[in-house]
Amino acid sequence: MSEVMPSVPGLLFDQVAVTYPRAEVPALAGVTIHAQPARVTAVVGPNGSGKSTLVRALLQRVSLSAGAIRIGDTPRAALSAREFAQRVAVVPQREEVQMPLPVREFVALGRHVHLGAFTPLRAHDLAIIESSLDKAGMAHLATRRTDTLSGGEWQRVRIARALAQEASVLVLDEPTTFLDIAHEMAVFELLDELAAEGRTILLVSHQLNLVARFAAHIVLLHAGQVAASGSATDVMRGDVLERVYEWPLVVTRDPAVGAPALLPLRGGSRGRRA
Amino acid sequence: MNPLVLPVGVLLLCVTSIVALGIGAVPLAVVDVWHALWGEGESQVVAIVRDLRGPRVVLAALVGAGLATSGAALQGTLRNPLAEPYLLGVSGGAAVGAVVALTFGLGTPVMVTIAAFGGAAVATAVVALLARVAGGRAEPRLLLMAGVVVGAFSNAVILVALADAPPDRIRGALWWMMGSTADATWAAVARTAVALLCFGGLLVVRARELDVLSLGEEPAVALGADVDASARRVFLVASWLAASTVAAVGLIGFVGLVVPNLARALGAHRHRAMLLVSAVYGAALLVGADVAARSLRSPVELPLGAVTALVGVPFFLARLRRLA
Repeated sequence: MSEVMPSVPGLLFDQVAVTYPRAEVPALAGVTIHAQPARVTAVVGPNGSGKSTLVRALLQRVSLSAGAIRIGDTPRAALSAREFAQRVAVVPQREEVQMPLPVREFVALGRHVHLGAFTPLRAHDLAIIESSLDKAGMAHLATRRTDTLSGGEWQRVRIARALAQEASVLVLDEPTTFLDIAHEMAVFELLDELAAEGRTILLVSHQLNLVARFAAHIVLLHAGQVAASGSATDVMRGDVLERVYEWPLVVTRDPAVGAPALLPLRGGSRGRRA
Repeated sequence: MNPLVLPVGVLLLCVTSIVALGIGAVPLAVVDVWHALWGEGESQVVAIVRDLRGPRVVLAALVGAGLATSGAALQGTLRNPLAEPYLLGVSGGAAVGAVVALTFGLGTPVMVTIAAFGGAAVATAVVALLARVAGGRAEPRLLLMAGVVVGAFSNAVILVALADAPPDRIRGALWWMMGSTADATWAAVARTAVALLCFGGLLVVRARELDVLSLGEEPAVALGADVDASARRVFLVASWLAASTVAAVGLIGFVGLVVPNLARALGAHRHRAMLLVSAVYGAALLVGADVAARSLRSPVELPLGAVTALVGVPFFLARLRRLA
């Protein structure tokens, strides 16, 4: 797969500001994030901190009031919808099945960013569809219909579709919502692998502890601004997280890999007695 | 999709067509219809089959195919299985355009058709605007509500405009509001066929775009669709397809609603297959409905749109319940 990828560019949000119409405060106020190739970059932060607005801005569903988004050397604004989708594969946060499709055909839609309106799928495309299904662990469900999938299967099918786009940048907005531990870990390990292949991975997530384990670079958003950024040890600091999440917590060590791990405090007295 | 779905639909269309050619004031046996189609047998029978009932049956088939594909495209773009040109007010707008052209004396069939395109485009824009003003970017449910309102307004305009129309010179309000294939001609067949080939063909060719649009706004953008322009384009083509049927036979509702849902139930999910299956089954359905319109209360002929509404409204309610 790697031989068809262009010169692995990376994704840069440069001083990006967004204010929604009729909103008094900006959703993003000068946010800079550089997702570099060959590593997982994670954006974390409480609800309403601007994480999803980043993705919407990338998809041009909201316009920037300042700053720019660059994909490699190219400004986002200079790319057509199609050129963008060839370079960046996005798995949006929410997607509801209204018009069900068989899983394989759903994943095949990811290939269309490379095909003309009349070009049929070639052997090369079919091979990529199969390997994408396989990587996302969905090969055994390829003939199922998308409206019969569990929440976790649905997420993985959407990841498979993004993989089929063969973009050098992959952006995922909370991809492990609804996933149980095994499937969530499988997604994180998959992202780790994809990064090792040289892709740029930008991950929006609520899963601070897993992010601390897998992401090389973490950006913590708070009220539309970067509250902290850097390695897990730079960002996962008790005082910073307590202030941003407005909840008492302690930061300890992840016993598996020694990365920082967060434990919320207060409540849950029943567990203590057991 | 089962490979038999399309052949069975074609067979269904052939059977209903032969039945439709046989019934009427002069009932004809299937054998006689068959011979008359090839110009054999009594000249009177040949004339009935080829010149009287022939255009009527073919027009019904073309209109059914057009309405069904228009509905399929609108449902995909709006991600709403209840969308169709009649309920969205698009057909109503087309009828208003046609009626306005007629009352201003621009009565040639081509002018009426062009006016119907204009009316459909205006109705489409009004419906989209109403839904946007009422909140949200083209929220599918709001769009349907706006469509029903525009449709009601269109009916009022038709009634007012044709209140004093001389029945011998101009088609009456009922003809427009309830549809009829009774005065079909081969010329009308040709006009509708050209529209179906152009607009329906365009939809089939761009079916992949529909597949992507039907995923929703953000996923479609993520897959490289220029969503706003793309949706506008599909909307316009689908509404013109419906408008060309309105110019030919008046308003016929619910075909565009029922048939695409049937096509999906038959396993046609990708839009290319779905549009083709919808076209064939839509054609068969409307030819069948025309048979019912002519025979249910024979010798009186029922308005075709009334028959499709009798079938379509229960379906709509059942589908609505499943959606809620």
